[in-house]
Amino acid sequence: MTEVVLERLVLVSPYIGQAKWASAALKEQIGLGLSAPGRAISNRRARVIWAGQRSWLVAAEVKLEGLAAVTDQSDAWASLRIEGAGVEDVLARLVPIDLRASTFKGGHTARTMLAHMNVAITRVGAQAFEVMAMRSMAGTLVHDLQAAAAQVTARG
Amino acid sequence: MRITCPNCGERDRREFYYQGDAVALARPASDAGPQAWDDYLHNRENPAGDTQDLWFHEAGCGAWIVVSRNTVTHAIDSTTLAATVKR
Ligand SMILES: [Zn+2]
Repeated sequence: MTEVVLERLVLVSPYIGQAKWASAALKEQIGLGLSAPGRAISNRRARVIWAGQRSWLVAAEVKLEGLAAVTDQSDAWASLRIEGAGVEDVLARLVPIDLRASTFKGGHTARTMLAHMNVAITRVGAQAFEVMAMRSMAGTLVHDLQAAAAQVTARG
Repeated sequence: MRITCPNCGERDRREFYYQGDAVALARPASDAGPQAWDDYLHNRENPAGDTQDLWFHEAGCGAWIVVSRNTVTHAIDSTTLAATVKR
């Protein structure tokens, strides 16, 4: 488990009827448009993570005046990367959706729950996920993942 | 119980908050009169059969969803984003 430091993170919520233009403007600025629901995309400069109904988390500096509401959330989220052979079994103890590679592939992202926390989960590798939670929940997130990992290990 | 969110797919009931009858989407005009407003705010049917209600995908994408379901069989016929119903 390692912390993922997102220096700049904004929530982009396009105004009604402006999603297409907001996406085009983003594409020009950071090389990525708005991703489809349930998808996360990235390049060397930036990341775009679908974050729910009409909203995307964008790890980059963006300017979208007149096209979208942009809220600075840099300090609002804690993000960690969890990886290893048993990672799907560990997450299966805490998350109510199917995260196995057959249904949740690379670049897939979901807003769901981990224990009782609202989280955003993205598959970032064959045995790796990124989990984002509210910053105030960071300690609980690490604790719950460690406890679940210990239980999986104990089963052998 | 599982509900299919139009954004997220089939999800466990625990991710959703139940609001109540989808009549909330049909707000009367401000001059519609006390009876219309009384019905809108307070009076609800209690159907044995088909009903439409609003669920909030609270621990998911944050969308309001209109769920058409049957209170007798518990079958869910359809789910639609409230945002598309209203516009
Ligand atoms: Zn949803």
